[in-house]
Amino acid sequence: MSTYAHPEVLVDTGWVTAHTKDANVRVVEVDVDTKAYDEGHVPGAIAWAWNTQLCDTVVRDILPRSQFEALMTQSGINNGTTVVLYGDNNNWFAAWAFWQLKIYGHKDVRIMDGGRKKWLAEGRDLDTTPTKPAPSATPYQASEPDYSLRAYLPQVQQAQKAASAVLIDVRSPQEFSGEILAPPGLPETCQRGGHIPGARSVPWGKACNDDGTFKPLDELQKIYGAEGVSQSKPVIAYCRIGERSSHTWFVLKYLMGVNNVVNYDGSWTEWGNLVGAPVEKGAAKSVGQG
Amino acid sequence: MKPEHFSERKVDVDGWQVNLTTYQLGDKWHTKADNVSPGAALVRIVADTREAAESLALARAKKLLSRTQRRL
Repeated sequence: MSTYAHPEVLVDTGWVTAHTKDANVRVVEVDVDTKAYDEGHVPGAIAWAWNTQLCDTVVRDILPRSQFEALMTQSGINNGTTVVLYGDNNNWFAAWAFWQLKIYGHKDVRIMDGGRKKWLAEGRDLDTTPTKPAPSATPYQASEPDYSLRAYLPQVQQAQKAASAVLIDVRSPQEFSGEILAPPGLPETCQRGGHIPGARSVPWGKACNDDGTFKPLDELQKIYGAEGVSQSKPVIAYCRIGERSSHTWFVLKYLMGVNNVVNYDGSWTEWGNLVGAPVEKGAAKSVGQG
Repeated sequence: MKPEHFSERKVDVDGWQVNLTTYQLGDKWHTKADNVSPGAALVRIVADTREAAESLALARAKKLLSRTQRRL
């Protein structure tokens, strides 16, 4: 079996067990909120809540640089810290955090393969007391944001019109077709259902095994290759709010080594609310069917 | 503490697939109900027994899922 393009960004649960007390390692459970963390977490792990700590809570955006630096410093993370991220939902929000840490230039950030699910299934230790890290003695200094990892609306509109990029819609088939406007049971955040015309449907979960770990490289290449992903064309991943697509972005960029892949975090919540934006409805077609 | 008796099972709730993940931690049972596709957590319940945790999780999931409209 061939190895991932960047195997150094993945650690397994055994590695985390062995390194939770390392001074230079900070384990972070990332989720939409901290409810799961509060039930029990990897010993020594801290928690980041996506909805309050990893987003600008006024403007719809990632954290401004100063707030990102403050979060890292308060989390006891300096520029040389090995940050290990994990979370529920097969690491959705961990992948979002990974994406943001890379935008701000953090060097050593890794994801625990299998996330919270695998940790629980293996019966590994859980701590129910929140970890309170000492702030880093050295204030964290983020790099200038690297927006080459991110797609904004005009870039997606241009790519859609010119068919100059492979658009990968990672939502469920029912969201893709327009049957539902949001994941079942969650609030509807758009006015129209469907997908960006020309997008390919590859639900994020296709990249994962049943135990939550990532599939091997050859399987990933088959799955995404069949939908037109290659090194020859830019790839834009999107979902509803950008967290599932950051998972796919991670798979494409770090596991498969696709050079030109970006996460469109505006995603369907942006596109599906735009006046006049083209929308396509219906189930996914196979490549060649248009 | 170590989680014990971890289990997952899929249940149909009014035509929606729901995944129930349950484990015991100490003397409490934890259940999460997610919506399978895409896998977002709908509810998390802590109760004294597996049965209580799962039935409460399913009841709350059912209520949330009833708000989702099929449009095609």
